Amino acid sequence: MPRFHGQSNHAPVDIVNQLQKQYVDYLSSLFHEGVLDDQFTQLQKLQDESNPDFTVEVATLFFVDSDKLINNMAAALERSPVDFKQVDADVHQLKGSSSSIGAMRVKNLCITFRSFCETQSYEGCLICLQQVKNECAVLKDKLQNLFRMEQQIVGAGGSVPLMD
Amino acid sequence: MARNGVASWRRRSSDQFDDPSPCGSEDVHVLAVDDSLVDRKVIEHLLKISSCKVTAVDSGIRALQFLGLDEEKAAGDFNGLKVDLIITDYCMPGMTGYELLKKIKESSALREIPVVIMSSENVLARIDRCLEEGAEDFIVKPVKLSDVKRLRDFMTRDVGDRVRSDGEGTTHKRKLQESSDVSSSSPSVSSASSSSSSSLPTTPSRSPSPSPSVSLSEPSSPSPSTGSSGPCSPSSLESPTRRLKMTSCCD
Repeated sequence: MPRFHGQSNHAPVDIVNQLQKQYVDYLSSLFHEGVLDDQFTQLQKLQDESNPDFTVEVATLFFVDSDKLINNMAAALERSPVDFKQVDADVHQLKGSSSSIGAMRVKNLCITFRSFCETQSYEGCLICLQQVKNECAVLKDKLQNLFRMEQQIVGAGGSVPLMD
Repeated sequence: MARNGVASWRRRSSDQFDDPSPCGSEDVHVLAVDDSLVDRKVIEHLLKISSCKVTAVDSGIRALQFLGLDEEKAAGDFNGLKVDLIITDYCMPGMTGYELLKKIKESSALREIPVVIMSSENVLARIDRCLEEGAEDFIVKPVKLSDVKRLRDFMTRDVGDRVRSDGEGTTHKRKLQESSDVSSSSPSVSSASSSSSSSLPTTPSRSPSPSPSVSLSEPSSPSPSTGSSGPCSPSSLESPTRRLKMTSCCD
């Protein structure tokens, strides 16, 4: 972060503006691509001075949770015979938590995944599992980018813009 | 005691409007029950920033233990912390939110405590069932700040207005209209936002998402959990206009 004389950690306004604009563009693209939905904005609105890291904390919990659930699903699908009810229960959980953080693509994949559980389609489930895994990895990557950008803005003395 | 907790709302209700913090200047203590780590964190935070004291537990059993209603303790043997509201997830392994609701309403010590059910599945038969069992409200997940603000409304409402359904639905309509795109109590009113009043299943989320490829006519049978995996398999989402009690679809 650039440092300037006489300004305590405050970068020139145009640097902050640029960081903010990049942030808004990036976040907008995530909404546009359907990676995130409005629930994510809802969570961001809950952040305040007493809970400045709320969104990061929730996201972290989500990834801990999703990793565990995905491992469970993989294990259940490897067993013989496959307990589709168990897989479905795990997918249901993942669908719930992804919905709660606004991870729309993950949530939608879970909806499809559940229908394969219902029809007990092994191949369908395997494909969905892989897709969910990929999507969670993509989401993690994008959110890490997003949170890093937030840190840069705050570090430069600016405030993180809130999407409407 | 639960009664005191309820009575104290009435006293507070008159200054509720002046009070900027939704739960009143005296801390309202909410017991939140949800097996999902993420959801627990979210609901806990939503309640905290609405100035409520929150105790979050991960199961119905723990909730009952906290309320002092487990086999080892006599009913009425509270751990000293008065609970003003219970908000619980519906789908939980072990004891569902519905079962928890029933246990609370069956207890003379606890039945006055309002219970709110949360669910990711917008199944009208389920909503009806919960309301008939005495739930105050039903919130479709994901839970938003506006949902918690709405809870504030009924917490300030006179207790006497809370009517148990004797076939007359009462307290639940607004929630459905606001929180989901499903029309509520008046069967003749079809929700404006859900223009697909045809038999297409609608998902409760507000964001555009593909409809689940589920047959509408398939009866949902999310039976109370038998303790096995997959406590809930609500597979049918009813269209808003079919709000009649269709026994074949009842859980």
